[in-house]
Amino acid sequence: MPVQRDQTGKKMGMWLFLYTEIILFGGLFVLYAVYFSWYPQDFILGAKALGLGFGVINTVILLVSSFLVAASITAVHKDQRNTALAALTGALVCGAVFLVNKYFEWGHKIEIGIYPGSERLLDGPAPQNLFFGLYYVVTGLHGIHIVIGMVLLGVSLVLVFCRKITAENDAVLDNCGLYWHLVDLIWIFIFPLFYLVV
Amino acid sequence: METVASFYETPEPARFTGIRSWLFTLDHKRIGLMYLYAILFWFLLAVLLGGVLRLELMFPGETVLSPQLYNSAFTLHGVIMIFLFIIPALPAVFGNFFLPIHIGAEDVYFPKLNLLSWYLYMAGGAIAVFSLFSDGFADTGWTFYVPFSISTNTNVSTAVFAAFVLGFSSMLTGLNFITTVHKMRDRAMGWLQIPLFTWSLYATAWVQLLATPVVTITLVLVMIERFFNVGLFDPARGGDPILYQHLFWMYSHPAVYIMILPGMGVISEIIPVFARKSIFGYKALVGSSLAIAIAGSLVWAHHMYTSGMSDTAVFVFSLLTFVVAIPSAIKVFSWVATLYKGAIQMTPPLFFSLCFIYLFSVGGLTGLVLGAAGANIHVHDTHFVVAHFHFTMFGGTGFAFFAALHYWWPKMFGRMYDFKKAYIAAILVTGGFMFHYVPMFILGLQGMPRRYYDYLPQYATGNFFAGFGALFMIFGIGLMVANLLASLGRQRDAGPDPWGGVTLEWTIPSPPPVHNFVRPPEIMAYPYDFSGVTDRSAQSPKGE
Repeated sequence: MPVQRDQTGKKMGMWLFLYTEIILFGGLFVLYAVYFSWYPQDFILGAKALGLGFGVINTVILLVSSFLVAASITAVHKDQRNTALAALTGALVCGAVFLVNKYFEWGHKIEIGIYPGSERLLDGPAPQNLFFGLYYVVTGLHGIHIVIGMVLLGVSLVLVFCRKITAENDAVLDNCGLYWHLVDLIWIFIFPLFYLVV
Repeated sequence: METVASFYETPEPARFTGIRSWLFTLDHKRIGLMYLYAILFWFLLAVLLGGVLRLELMFPGETVLSPQLYNSAFTLHGVIMIFLFIIPALPAVFGNFFLPIHIGAEDVYFPKLNLLSWYLYMAGGAIAVFSLFSDGFADTGWTFYVPFSISTNTNVSTAVFAAFVLGFSSMLTGLNFITTVHKMRDRAMGWLQIPLFTWSLYATAWVQLLATPVVTITLVLVMIERFFNVGLFDPARGGDPILYQHLFWMYSHPAVYIMILPGMGVISEIIPVFARKSIFGYKALVGSSLAIAIAGSLVWAHHMYTSGMSDTAVFVFSLLTFVVAIPSAIKVFSWVATLYKGAIQMTPPLFFSLCFIYLFSVGGLTGLVLGAAGANIHVHDTHFVVAHFHFTMFGGTGFAFFAALHYWWPKMFGRMYDFKKAYIAAILVTGGFMFHYVPMFILGLQGMPRRYYDYLPQYATGNFFAGFGALFMIFGIGLMVANLLASLGRQRDAGPDPWGGVTLEWTIPSPPPVHNFVRPPEIMAYPYDFSGVTDRSAQSPKGE
């Protein structure tokens, strides 16, 4: 009695999973909300020290990458395989540039003595330690999600290349795309909370 | 009924044989059984650990465990019982096995994800075992409260990581069940034709999905603090340890409803079958499952009345806690009303269910004592709390698990067990249970704190009785498991419907064939219509 599985179920499962990811970051945002309401002044000072440049560039990069992923899905639906491959490659490059950017951003902070447990943070005002602690934890966890998202996009790229993902069989690409959009969306919340609260 | 090869004889996928037909199986029934074996192992281990704890407490002073070892032992007991037994017991074993059958499906929606969940479960267990042999097991209690969990030298990180992995397993199972109920349900089955066990699993799955990520991030934060010392919960560096407790209980209180809801579902299945009477208040039972799932997610801070919250918060959470009691009481009322004027046929599963109703009611009512802010201050962190949550978790979920084992055993293995030994075991477990936990209520009211290896001399009598009861209980559990296992030597002669049940699993052979249904399932307009069963038993005097 073979059952033809309803393909929308795969997307439903993915949406449920994305929901758990939102809650996961939600826990951190709760921490942020509580500490921000206690120490707004220190958080503003911390945000000033972060510098807007890296944040803006990374936001733009992620938005572009999300567009490329969406474009690749449309291209697959229209059977334009090469366009889809190019768009996915572009999205992967964006992800990589994001991480390189993050590396320099973190590297700069560590150079000037801002990292968990550093003397500067230990001796400085306690609330600023919280701000930078949260900054490292949240952007670090987000960075890990970027890496996972890139692995998923890479898998999709290979599958499109091998013609395993086609207009009729697009659930994997759709779900990987959804994941990437979520990672992007979370950044859209992280960016104002850490860089724009000035 | 025609004879067909059961799922034991026909592996899925068919290319695997022997042990690999189990390790690589995508059959929800085999995965359910693999969970059963693993869960029974952990359960018995943690029962013995609990026995050793009570042995230490049976006599004043240090007897069998050193203080440090005692701390690690109760943490291990808690971690195993919570993460490896109670949370997965009913959904992962019986949910996996019966949820697809209940809704007329041949498997869950994501069979591979289902197998992955099992491997994650096993990995989590393995990590917990591993942490035993490196630097000593965590001594924080299963709650991993900061700041102690960050500063202690025992191996908290590994224990926390084990819980993290197990959380993933539980979350993926929930995701799978929700999708399965939505997408695999027989087209003829509407929402209000779903059996109550499956309804309770559906409500549970949502809680698993909603709440588990919160504990995941909390446990990740404990690990981050231990490795990088960020200071997010350290008051000296601006942080707030109470926030940890909020985050922890935001998951862990809903988690107790993850534990109890499927148990309530099991009881709702068993009671009508042996009362030969339609369940009283089907819609109320469905609604109360959902109400418990929703309201239960909003009461977490009642664990923290003494942690230094504002009085307003204490008031609100106390009120919400009382609200959860209402749907729970609706369930108890419906079960009792189902039994009223029913043609009751006593069997081991019904006996366990009746014990469940009694023990769970005691647990629930003492929960109100704890939920009331004033009374809570007096009994907070005493043995009263220990007795209360064992009445609900063990007397509730544990007994529901036993009832489910006895109810579905003939379906899963095709073999009936010895009733007499099952009754003796049930009486031993229940009697031992009362002897074991009732003294703890009294000890708690007298002020004996929990989580100490020793106590003041005035508590000696109560602790001695409790240890005595534990002995009976452990013996009873051993007898129960031995009796069930002994049945495996018998012929497969239980028949498709030994009890006179009406949900879909009783319309197919025992054990079920690999794709569950030989013919397309016939969905009844109402899932608890016993008119067919009573007609049948009127024709044959033995009721077979």
